[in-house]
Amino acid sequence: MASHPENTEAASASGTTVNRIDRCFQHLRARGRKALMPFLTAGHPLAEATVPVMHGLVAGGADLIELGVPFSDPMADGPVIQKASELAIGRGVTLATVLDYVRRFRVDDPVTPVVLMGYLNPVEIMGRQRFVEQAAQSGVDGLLLVDAPLEESAPLQALCGEHGLHQILLAAPTTTGERRQRLADQARGFLYYVAYAGVTGGGALDVAEVATQVAHWQALGPTPVAVGFGVKDAASAQAIGRVADAVIVGSALIEHLAGCADADTAAVDARDFLRPLRAALDADIALEDRSGVPEKPAGNDGS
Amino acid sequence: MSDIDFHAWPDADGRFGDYGGRFVAETLMAPLAELTQAYARLRDDPQFRAELDRDLADYVGRPSPIYHARRLSAENGGAQILLKREDLNHTGAHKINNTVGQALLARHMGKRRIIAETGAGQHGVATATMAARLGMECVVYMGATDIERQKINVYRMQLLGATVVPVSAGSATLKDALNEALRDWVTNVADTFYIIGTVAGPHPYPMMVRDFNAVIGREARAQMLASHGALPDALVACVGGGSNAMGLFHAFLNDREVAIYGAEAAGHGLASGEHAASLSAGRPGVLHGNRTYVLCDDAGQITPTHSISAGLDYPGVGPEHAWLKDSGRARYLGVDDDEALAAFHRLTRTEGILPALESSHAVALALRLARDMDPDQRLLVCLSGRGDKDVHTVAAHEQTHEQAAAAAGSDDGLDGKY
Repeated sequence: MASHPENTEAASASGTTVNRIDRCFQHLRARGRKALMPFLTAGHPLAEATVPVMHGLVAGGADLIELGVPFSDPMADGPVIQKASELAIGRGVTLATVLDYVRRFRVDDPVTPVVLMGYLNPVEIMGRQRFVEQAAQSGVDGLLLVDAPLEESAPLQALCGEHGLHQILLAAPTTTGERRQRLADQARGFLYYVAYAGVTGGGALDVAEVATQVAHWQALGPTPVAVGFGVKDAASAQAIGRVADAVIVGSALIEHLAGCADADTAAVDARDFLRPLRAALDADIALEDRSGVPEKPAGNDGS
Repeated sequence: MSDIDFHAWPDADGRFGDYGGRFVAETLMAPLAELTQAYARLRDDPQFRAELDRDLADYVGRPSPIYHARRLSAENGGAQILLKREDLNHTGAHKINNTVGQALLARHMGKRRIIAETGAGQHGVATATMAARLGMECVVYMGATDIERQKINVYRMQLLGATVVPVSAGSATLKDALNEALRDWVTNVADTFYIIGTVAGPHPYPMMVRDFNAVIGREARAQMLASHGALPDALVACVGGGSNAMGLFHAFLNDREVAIYGAEAAGHGLASGEHAASLSAGRPGVLHGNRTYVLCDDAGQITPTHSISAGLDYPGVGPEHAWLKDSGRARYLGVDDDEALAAFHRLTRTEGILPALESSHAVALALRLARDMDPDQRLLVCLSGRGDKDVHTVAAHEQTHEQAAAAAGSDDGLDGKY
């Protein structure tokens, strides 16, 4: 495997653009805050709602946004995200549409990192090179392809490196042995720790077990560890926030937005869904360290 | 192509050239590594081999015979058609070759629960059969559409003690059953063994399922040399995922003088878009854990497939077939529903053998190819399964067509096709 330059430091030293994800975590760490990262299936509940909902999520306290690219065969997803993906595909949402959503989101928000999360086939069909170029141009900061584990990622990792994107890797409870160190060494942006063996939107969180695992991963390298799968509400967000660098919430948010009749309602509902999670995450921060409204680092215009 | 040793593949990463690999979520990487190691250890273990061979002989009923279909060949004209009779295996198809192997492997690995996906139900029945015999819990995922058209096999699985779980997501067929089985596996990795029924999925499945089915070709090659003193001029097998085809082809891959043909389901015709011919009409992509030819739209979404045969109704294909196609070693041709049905009737009427609709595609292609060959040439067809399960489908299909013809009030319907 080719050696990867330490993107963050190299970029900082040379004064070139730092990936928004790195900047976001640096900013949060300096303030002792934990990242809140909602997952939204693009095109759900309404195609025209995606960009307003993304802004609504930021207003509700999102630090990063994971935008799901709908795929016809989402083998790692539970019923909620399966259904959302089917609905979005039915409304004509494609990978190209999702890139367009990000482009439009960037007009008003040049700061909040956006990670695309999906499956490999749409990327393969668009062409890896073309996809990574367009993703970078659209203002995407990271890619998480569920069915592209480390061993199958070398070509995409190299392309992402060239274009300033991070390929986000998954870590699982079943990941063991020397693969752990290799994963930790290759991790860029953040490591997405899957809280339990299963599909999205299922399972019960074993916070103590997650805490042990996350500590282990944090000890293996400097990359922040985000925890996804199983966070449903303020209480679970707070519990995970105490042990991880970032908290991901997906299926519960999608379920919450399912019935929305129009884009404005969806945006408000998204904001209101996230606020208690934000408050719960921040409740642990000592009062004197609080900065009130989440302050954003100075942004660069990605467009 | 001439310098490829086809028996040396896949490589250690499970690749056949550009195809294959292990495109799964992180949670499954460790269980796949565990499976790969267990299989590598047991495949050459004399005790395991002896156990497997004994089961193949006493339980499955191997070796299966090669039958010379003389009346069919004479009526069709051209090459002699020989049938490798996998339909005579216990449970009625080649699928049992693989499930015996994987179920024994599961027991050696200490797993107590078996899951499987099924399309036509043959693999589900074969899996439920081995689970019953070994006293293991068995859950079979099956598309709701397939449950409807393969009711007999559903009941067979239930009689064998398996739980059949209907899958109504997506197109409610084989691909969706595979997704659901993968979801089950990712949730229950600790105690569950996933018996994949075809030469697709992440490494080591394409290799392992091929190896367990390769007994078909090994036997056939020896039988041809013993009974006919020569290898066949050509091989024909149907290809959905492609396990019976890989099973027949593998032993012959380095015999360059033997032509190899796969029959894909052309459904309502390749031009109609309603088919399941991934190799003939698809493109390289990633589905169900491997890189292979897939049927998808320009946005990369897997497209719904159609075939009268549930077992071929799949938008991907085993990665080794993708590699054989690109290398030119094998050719893949489409057979539509009507041509397959015509072959179903012809074999039944001329030889008294009722083939599965899947296998009828292979018979149809063989009939087509034989006509351009000489009478002293031999075409070996894998008759992968028996057709009892399809009797209702054939009856319903013909009733519909008769009604359509009657409604049209003319006799220019389908008579000529049969």
